[in-house]
Amino acid sequence: MLSFIGRSVIQKAVTLFFVSVLSFLIIHLAPGEPSQVDPLNPKFTPEMVERFRKAFHLDEPLHAQYLHFYSSLLTGDLISWKDNRPVLLKIWERFLNSLPLFVVGTLITWTLSFPVGIRSAIQRGGVYDRTATFLSYLLISIPGFFFAYILIILVVSRFHVPVIGMETFGMAEAALPRMFMDRVWHLLLPSVLSASGGIAILSRYVRSQMLEVEGQDYVRTARAKGLPEEQVHYRHALRNALLPFVTMFGLILPGLIGGSVIIESIFSWPGMGRMAYEAILARDYPVILTVNFLSAVLVLAGTFVSDVLYMVVDPRIRL
Amino acid sequence: MPDPVEHAAVAEQEYQAPEAPRRTRLQEAWDRLSENRLALAGLAVFVLFFGVAVAGLVLTSGVDPVLDPAQIRLQEKLRPPLSRPHTELLTAEEAPALGVYLFGTDDLGRDVFARMLQGSWVSLTVGFVAVGISVLLGILMGGIAGYFGDRIVRTDRFLAVFLAGAGVVVMTAGSQALGIAILAGAVAWIALGSRIPRSAVLGGVSLDTLIMRFVDIMLCFPSFFLILTVVALLPASIYNIMIVIGLTSWMGAARFVRAEFLSLREQDFVTAARALGVGDWRIIFRHMIPNAVAPVLVSATIGIATAILTEAGLSFLGFGVPPPHATWGNILSDGKRFIFDAPWLTFVPGTAILIVVLSFNLFGEGLRDVLNPKLRER
Amino acid sequence: MSEPLLSVQDLHVHFRGRRNVARAVEGVSYEVREGETVCIVGESGCGKTVSALSILGILPVPPAEIPEGRILFQGKDLLRMDPETLRGIRGNRLSMVFQEPMTSLNPVFKIGDQLREAVLAHRPMEEKALEERCVSLLRDVGISSSAERLQDYPHQLSGGQRQRVMIAMALACDPALVIADEPTTALDVTIQVQILNLFRDLQREKGLSLLYITHDLGVVAQIADRIYVMYAGIIAEQGTARQIFHEPRHPYTMGLLASLPSRMRRGASLHNVPGAVPDPAQKPPGCPFHPRCPAAEASCTRGLPGLCDWGEDHLARCPVTCADPDKEVWP
Repeated sequence: MLSFIGRSVIQKAVTLFFVSVLSFLIIHLAPGEPSQVDPLNPKFTPEMVERFRKAFHLDEPLHAQYLHFYSSLLTGDLISWKDNRPVLLKIWERFLNSLPLFVVGTLITWTLSFPVGIRSAIQRGGVYDRTATFLSYLLISIPGFFFAYILIILVVSRFHVPVIGMETFGMAEAALPRMFMDRVWHLLLPSVLSASGGIAILSRYVRSQMLEVEGQDYVRTARAKGLPEEQVHYRHALRNALLPFVTMFGLILPGLIGGSVIIESIFSWPGMGRMAYEAILARDYPVILTVNFLSAVLVLAGTFVSDVLYMVVDPRIRL
Repeated sequence: MPDPVEHAAVAEQEYQAPEAPRRTRLQEAWDRLSENRLALAGLAVFVLFFGVAVAGLVLTSGVDPVLDPAQIRLQEKLRPPLSRPHTELLTAEEAPALGVYLFGTDDLGRDVFARMLQGSWVSLTVGFVAVGISVLLGILMGGIAGYFGDRIVRTDRFLAVFLAGAGVVVMTAGSQALGIAILAGAVAWIALGSRIPRSAVLGGVSLDTLIMRFVDIMLCFPSFFLILTVVALLPASIYNIMIVIGLTSWMGAARFVRAEFLSLREQDFVTAARALGVGDWRIIFRHMIPNAVAPVLVSATIGIATAILTEAGLSFLGFGVPPPHATWGNILSDGKRFIFDAPWLTFVPGTAILIVVLSFNLFGEGLRDVLNPKLRER
Repeated sequence: MSEPLLSVQDLHVHFRGRRNVARAVEGVSYEVREGETVCIVGESGCGKTVSALSILGILPVPPAEIPEGRILFQGKDLLRMDPETLRGIRGNRLSMVFQEPMTSLNPVFKIGDQLREAVLAHRPMEEKALEERCVSLLRDVGISSSAERLQDYPHQLSGGQRQRVMIAMALACDPALVIADEPTTALDVTIQVQILNLFRDLQREKGLSLLYITHDLGVVAQIADRIYVMYAGIIAEQGTARQIFHEPRHPYTMGLLASLPSRMRRGASLHNVPGAVPDPAQKPPGCPFHPRCPAAEASCTRGLPGLCDWGEDHLARCPVTCADPDKEVWP
């Protein structure tokens, strides 16, 4: 077990290194520079451009820039080019905003997908299954923006609650329960939206895993032993069907730094996605690269956790 | 006593003993597919979409097209669908060809129907080219990893190649001298490296590991974010979008192909071919790829759907195909400003995208059921 | 003659596909009396497994349907029983051992847990008694160091050992009848012999009745008291082991026996029955064997032939041999 962990960590570190280099190269190969003279801004003189370039080491060779950049990232000194604030601080703030969205969205996805998928599998071909299947296909095919507006129109015209932004202006003064409800309303729609695609995909996957397991010989054996149907489905079949999903737990991790740009734009939610988007627009390389780096770290950590969980859960695999 | 021979013949005439089925694999697959009505519907819509796209291309391109998507009629802006044009306000040239605004007009008075037709071809192209690139890359990478995966690449060679690439980059980024130096050193190492015995060096990694690590690296990038980054940093063009989507979505196909190749490689027909002296590449192309293509086909179909949705997403954020090219994502995104005044500007492209993407997904899933021997019914 | 333990009467099982109906079992009747070993012999696709699964009631019922027939077990019709009562019998008074030991055990549970489950399903017991029972069950089926084996996972056991565990689970509640569906087909020949001996010993010690399904005539010769030969969903011939092996009366049975490689015909080419088993969805009219039968006559295509009684419960479904007992069907 320990040797596996050791090897895995080393492999992931190497991968991380290559990711960092690759993302660095991608950014810097793009034409144009962040410090180009902005024709609309009269204060942006060529001298300032020169100072800017020196301050951010843009005149040095690439590998030097790379070293400067990543060392400041790891020490937390990295400054955003857009507003001069420390990158990690910016990310942290936006992360706190994105977090409730992420948590609620993930919760909705995982708690709904399993019952739907399992029931679809057990009652294969029935009305429930066909309805769930149809809805799943619909949800993954609809353009996010389109679906968002349909939902907004529905909710706003039916319930008369504001849904844009994180909270209604002026609510900070109101009583706690009202403020809480207000927050919940604002959180609900974007979370449901971000969960919808996930539910569609995950429930289909649960269903197909469950179907595959239900066809196995050992389920037939369980029935032949005279076990009640619930035990056959929920103890024998489910336990095997769930194996791959335990490992998927680890893969939730990268979602922490995600945040759909589209959803956040529509709902004016000040989250990570929008921050990344604005950074791209402003060619704020420190922010872009940091987000990339953190995302890679989370993906690698996530796969690592998945591997370990898989070993723990499946008795056939013991390293 | 009746003559047994005569009566055996009589029996033969009345009943033909079952023989091996004479349908080809393709016919069998088609039969199974046609049992899944949803998948058939998906296929039908796909064919329809293809036809519409081609028709759209023909009808809306050229200098004086039949249906002009770019014709601006400010006097007729935001007309609802199926409304008749105010002919008194229009010149003969400006009047819509069909005599009615089938899907209404947008804020510049352009015929939404014409724009949708033009956009269909673009959406189709984006989808197919992007997926084509990703499938080709995926098959290439996955195939090499699966078939030649055992070959060991010496670590030093690999590092030298990497250094050579770095040298090129450094050169283009400005430091000419340093770049040339690195590049020269790397090339020299590769050329002379075969003199050094492998044991003297850091050993090697298998080609399979190499390629799979590359896949892992690519998977570390959040895909939409990556696409957005590249598209935002490069000059806006339809080609850039297609290439970038293709370059960031080949990993799934590569994994499938690699898995299939790994299992196919051990099968007897490959060993038999090798024993007969058939060369590697011929084995790969004639024998293995046709067998491995099934999951790739499924993921390609679904990939087209995803590519169309991605393009719509990019357009929404303002990074889609630049004007005046119409794409469905464009139209959808332009319409967001008028969502209450002119909802058709959102609903028409939105529903169209929904239907096309849905049909691709259904067809892809139907393909998966058809091509998966495990799920065959009795 | 007391009532048989199991009596399958005129069983029909159909599988409804999209475009056709597969008649897997058509009017099959067989019975097992107490303490005897009955073998059902037939090639793959003749419906023997399907009939066994319908006895236990674990056929997948949407595609499968049972339009006619009765299955009497200890006097009660299993097909008309309510599911709960049937479940109480399944695994308890009547149990089954399947063909594929490698995949028939749940890979994520220990052997001990699965065995315990089999016992507890019908006999609530205290921990200690349960433990002892499991250990003794494994010992009975010939697994050494049975207490340790209980803690193992299925993948840690060999095929032969897994099959023994399956047998132990089938015996967990002291059934009156065990149905064994080709239990040794997936195992090495040497293990086959061991498992067969195990069955024989268990039967002797516990007074079990055994319904053994197989396609291997060699196995049948060793253990069968009575034999039913099945072909394409019907019973072609039935009788005692002696009757079937020494005086086969149905052309199919004759063909099967003639196909056995035998020392006395060394050097001659192997006999075989030409043609193939029909698709259950496209069966020939009349006797399903007639296309492959050298003795077929026109009457064989008109309706299923009736059973011809050769005395002492030896029955064969062939009117041609019935009319001409000395006819040499296979030259």
